[in-house]
Amino acid sequence: MNVRTLASAGTLESSDAYVEVLPSDGGVTVEVESIVKRQFGAAIEASVREVAAALDVASCEIRIHDRGALDCVIRARVETAIRRAGGDE
Amino acid sequence: MSKLAKSIRDAIREVGLKSGMTVSFHHHMRNGDRVLVSVLNEIAALGIRDLTLNASSLFDTHAPILDHIRSGVIGRIMTNYMSGAVGRAISRGIMDAPVEFRTHGGRPADMERGTTPVDVAFVAAPTADERGNCTGKLGKSACGSLGYAFADAKYARKVVVITDNLVPYPLETVSISEDLVDLVVEVDEIGDPRGIVSGTTKITRDPVGLVMAQQAARVIEASGLLRDGFSFQTGAGGASLAAARFLKEIMLKKEIQGSFGLGGITSYMVEMLRAGCFERLLDVQCFDLDAVESIRQDPRHQEISAMQYASPLEATAAVNRLDVVILGATEIDTDFNVNVHTDSSGSIMGGSGGHSDTAHGAKLSMIIAPMFRARLPIVTDRVNCISTPGEDIDVLVTQGGIAVNPRRAELRDRLLDAGLPVIDIHALKEKTERITGKPEPLCKGDRVVAEVVSRDGDILDRIYSISDGD
Repeated sequence: MNVRTLASAGTLESSDAYVEVLPSDGGVTVEVESIVKRQFGAAIEASVREVAAALDVASCEIRIHDRGALDCVIRARVETAIRRAGGDE
Repeated sequence: MSKLAKSIRDAIREVGLKSGMTVSFHHHMRNGDRVLVSVLNEIAALGIRDLTLNASSLFDTHAPILDHIRSGVIGRIMTNYMSGAVGRAISRGIMDAPVEFRTHGGRPADMERGTTPVDVAFVAAPTADERGNCTGKLGKSACGSLGYAFADAKYARKVVVITDNLVPYPLETVSISEDLVDLVVEVDEIGDPRGIVSGTTKITRDPVGLVMAQQAARVIEASGLLRDGFSFQTGAGGASLAAARFLKEIMLKKEIQGSFGLGGITSYMVEMLRAGCFERLLDVQCFDLDAVESIRQDPRHQEISAMQYASPLEATAAVNRLDVVILGATEIDTDFNVNVHTDSSGSIMGGSGGHSDTAHGAKLSMIIAPMFRARLPIVTDRVNCISTPGEDIDVLVTQGGIAVNPRRAELRDRLLDAGLPVIDIHALKEKTERITGKPEPLCKGDRVVAEVVSRDGDILDRIYSISDGD
């Protein structure tokens, strides 16, 4: 899937995450800002990259603003944002 | 001879406060308090430095003291509770000397033992007469009980009463009496009573919290302690208050006549008194304005001092008569040690207050907490700070099951007999981590920023700095 436009998903409520996806060149870059970054920062980035890879995203910028979301929530928000950024799906 | 001083500054001069001395304050105005900061501003203006500040609690409204720490007016702090705004700065290491955390019972005990002598106590009094008799029950800034201030008034070398409602002698109802008071100062405002209701004192609407609260009430029902003469305390957390409401329904249905409700008193406890669940409320601090109104009007609602409440030096302290206490936790470990001092990043945002006093005294001490908050599991291998030792905690109620301290096998059997979902605490930890993932452990900073002093005067744990990047 190609990321064609800026898109977002989620909220900044506690236990949710707000995810922004932007078009870019040169691979997938992930930026994580999280209230639990020290405890789960690496796990969050790994999940985000997994979702992007599963959707065959070659290039995009993904920004995570996490308020303590569970892994399943983060994955769902990232997938939704990527699909919205894909335009026609 | 008059005890009236013209201003706070005159009073500070008259009592002879000097650099290096200790001043004390109580926190019944909670986040509405204006006295502590006003007094410290005057002290700073007089050029007095290197004071020890012994405050029963510090709230966000007290954040201006950070400037007095940085400028050297305050050199040491002793307190029982410190909210986030002050705690974050302390955790970043702005003081050279570690903060000493005590408990609501340990603080007056250490004053009585002479471990923590106080030179000048400042009492924020909603109503006082010119000879120093004072009460929290009357006046525009009424805060109800003055429980924590009794020890300060009794043991400090000098006592200054600060009031915004000076009335003719003799005051009609006296909490702290004139024989303990040296000076009286009238000011425009000691604080904003709306700030008394602060932070955690509202009932939860969160469905998970309500499930836990209902389970908590059933645990009490199954414990064998819920019978005529029952005594009870609950913290002011949302789920704890909801548990009190469920407990009330059970007590009314079963027509159980309790003896007393204890502690920081909320409107929920007042409701239980009025509904006939208890014969008395014993009140060391009012948590909301309904409680203030009740202690003023209802003779069954009685003020008690911190010593009567929880002092380890008092054989008959009320906590030792408690059947059940419901408490909160930011973390609890598999040995049932509880942390209420630091948050998930290790930053100070609380304190024991009466947590470890009541947990030690009560026959059943119960923690209510969700399995996780913002992805962080409540059960850990080892808490970041031991506020209350695990030997004093009997049961943990979560939405994922009820963990009973292995020391309390008989309680576990009772809960199982009642059909309650008992779970081993290690299994609860694993169950939680299957949902949240396993968190990376925190790295402690290299400096001790606070020491937790147990109610018996020993160092229970140390709190380390956190770095600025976090």
